[in-house]
Amino acid sequence: MESGGKALNEQYYKGGEIETASPEDMRKLQNERLVKTVRHAYDNIAVYREKMKATGVEPGDVQSVEDLHKLPFLSKDDLREAYPYGYLAKPMEEVVRIQSTSGTTGKRVVAFYTQNDIDLWDECCARAIVAAGGSNRDVVHVCYGYGLFTGGPGLNGGSHKVGSLTLPMSSGNTERQIQFMIDLEATILCCTPSYAAFLAECIQQAGVRDKIKLKAGIFGAEAWSEEMRRNIEENLGIKAYDIYGLTETSGPGVSFECREQNGLHVNEDHFIPEIIDPDTGKVLPLGEKGELVFSCITKEAFPLLRYRTRDISILTREKCSCGRSLIKMSRPMGRSDDMLIIRGVNVFPSQIETVLLKEGYPANYQIILDRVNYTDTFEVQVEMTPEMFSDEIRILAEKEKDLLAALRAMLGISPKVTLMNPRSIARSEGKAVRIIDNRKI
Amino acid sequence: MTINQISVFVENKPGKLAEITKILADANIDLHAMSIADTQDFGILRIIVNDTDAALSALRENGCTVNTTKVIAVEMPDRPGGLAKVLRVLAEKNVNVEYLYAFISRKKENAYVILRVEDNTIAIDVLQTAGISIVSPEQIYG
Repeated sequence: MESGGKALNEQYYKGGEIETASPEDMRKLQNERLVKTVRHAYDNIAVYREKMKATGVEPGDVQSVEDLHKLPFLSKDDLREAYPYGYLAKPMEEVVRIQSTSGTTGKRVVAFYTQNDIDLWDECCARAIVAAGGSNRDVVHVCYGYGLFTGGPGLNGGSHKVGSLTLPMSSGNTERQIQFMIDLEATILCCTPSYAAFLAECIQQAGVRDKIKLKAGIFGAEAWSEEMRRNIEENLGIKAYDIYGLTETSGPGVSFECREQNGLHVNEDHFIPEIIDPDTGKVLPLGEKGELVFSCITKEAFPLLRYRTRDISILTREKCSCGRSLIKMSRPMGRSDDMLIIRGVNVFPSQIETVLLKEGYPANYQIILDRVNYTDTFEVQVEMTPEMFSDEIRILAEKEKDLLAALRAMLGISPKVTLMNPRSIARSEGKAVRIIDNRKI
Repeated sequence: MTINQISVFVENKPGKLAEITKILADANIDLHAMSIADTQDFGILRIIVNDTDAALSALRENGCTVNTTKVIAVEMPDRPGGLAKVLRVLAEKNVNVEYLYAFISRKKENAYVILRVEDNTIAIDVLQTAGISIVSPEQIYG
């Protein structure tokens, strides 16, 4: 895929006026939209109104992006406390869709969309597809999951907006994925980077690489490295582009890579990004590393302002050879909390602790992560108490099975459970090393 | 008439069993009988030793997870059909055997079998009624 031959304009979604707008024009648009959204959120979300009042800020105090810092932060915990409808800012009659974050029984975060929210979300994803060289002549193969997960619906909608022929494959059944990819001559692949790498391997093994017509891939929802990008590109003969987003702000399409492949352009006409010091909450200047915070300025049903993503990144505004003036964020380089992403599912060590205590185990455990054949392996090592031990295999095996079931119910994915001797898991300086992440991504 | 058996939890890692036997050796413990049961993830070592208390404290001091269980040792002639008779007698009286393991006694002509059942009193009664001899602790430890 090389878009260099095309006229520059064709590289943007529908003309690209927004994507190439001057910083001054963009700021003006952001100011208008921000003021409107603050008013909307204040008027229609009781819990948010209380939060603003508690911070001592009124809608009138926010007149421009300069005033954004006056608003309180929102976190995942705020959304959980208000589950399910607390942050819904539109009457039921106008809301048409729910999506939800992965994992976490009883602690889900749900996001709401009006039809207009969906249209704008689709547009954001459409920009990502066009930036990856997509047009209405392409066949877009989407094997992100469909359902509550935002990956499938987001790229599906984006592909429709572009006018591409959309293959709504969803996840799983690799053999069928490859068969459709060949038969329908798919040109753009959308999935997680680990699934792309896995697909590439299966295609090699099946000896059908020469039948694949893919030219580009749009991969997200997971951390990946430059090395992994090069592997996927070589093995599939494509260009691989990153896409970023989170359910709370809509889903994929908050930002996306262009042909430079060195950072993701933020759709800042919809999402104002900030980088803050995760400890103090202080806003950091461009170029400094910190936690990404997004304010949604066009959302109707779920207009989150200053939402803390916990993703660590850097914002830069430089002239990009693709012509876009949209601000760029670096690929997230970690988390400011202890959340783990395992096989695409969000896992907090505290959830594992909760299950262990409930099942009568000491809260001394170790999580060991690795990556085998592009898939995360997930082991939880757990200390028994002396009282749990029995001379009968059956009794211990049952205990292990019960714990596994309880962990699976809490996390949404199955770890391998390994029982250990009491007090055998290393404690260093009084504080145990809880997570050993051997994944090389 | 029951025997003390020690069970030791064995993590499924290379060298774990060797560690346990070294602890016992260092404490000068004599192993009379042993068996190991395992799953994919862990194992349970069951042993009968000359000095149960000394073995337990040595294992505990070294961080092992242990417990003790009362088991029955029966003596039978070391020839074909010996064990079959014992098991048939128990089955006829509906005594469920959780597990068993055998070892050869110092007396060449006899074999010992360790039986783990739910209720030792019933099992001993059933076996003795059928004329099967139960081994006393003295015979084993001595």
